[in-house]
Amino acid sequence: MLMEISVKPLKEVDIISVSGRIDSATAPEFDNALKGLLERGRRKLALDFSSLSYVSSAGLRAMLSALKTAKNSGGNVVLVAANERIRDTLTLVGFHTLFLQFDDAVDAVDSF
Amino acid sequence: MTRTRRLVVPAQNDQLAKLATFVASAAVDAGFNANTISRIELAVDEACSNIIDHAYAGAPGAIRCDVTTEPLQQLTIVLVDQGRPFNPDLVPEYEYCRSLNEAKIGGLGLHLMRQVMDDVCFEFSLPGVGNRLTMVKHYDRNSECP
Repeated sequence: MLMEISVKPLKEVDIISVSGRIDSATAPEFDNALKGLLERGRRKLALDFSSLSYVSSAGLRAMLSALKTAKNSGGNVVLVAANERIRDTLTLVGFHTLFLQFDDAVDAVDSF
Repeated sequence: MTRTRRLVVPAQNDQLAKLATFVASAAVDAGFNANTISRIELAVDEACSNIIDHAYAGAPGAIRCDVTTEPLQQLTIVLVDQGRPFNPDLVPEYEYCRSLNEAKIGGLGLHLMRQVMDDVCFEFSLPGVGNRLTMVKHYDRNSECP
């Protein structure tokens, strides 16, 4: 298992739970999942990273693309329970200032 | 004691996790802490993704990864491929983003490699070798100890 994605709608928000690792091998599937939701008009996305161990630049590109699309239509993409390693990677590229981060999904859903 | 270990894998994205584990194991032996090891894994992942995407660009090939550890001194990673030379100077420099409008996607991988490693050196089309990328991480006692 390199990566698994599941989507759970809660109110108007989609909670996208990603487990495993997002690298160049798995980023296309992650990117497609986000694009699929946005193309269907969903624009409030909470990425639950509580079971995600790692994200590389390939995953960061998908996250940034989704954030731009969502914000352009009045929505947002927020992060839930990213581990220290992922937070460190976000900080290295300055993305920690772009994504709101929450410790749990309920707080993330309530933020919209 | 200095030790060098080698892993050769097909230039395929499904080998990235294996490469990361290989390098992490060496970094543990060199004495780095968990945070630094994660960053070293990230640098190797980005470097190998570049080789797969740009040097080989879908063509079959191999990546040779040599890791030399000098415990409590430094770790040296040498990646060799026989793909097309990839000039990092042609990649636009990543601009650390302060707002969503400024945020750019290009150059992320190279930026991360240079952020987390102390030395990053590209050499291309070396006779009998191919393209060689050398990355060094020095052991800094002050930042490695809790």
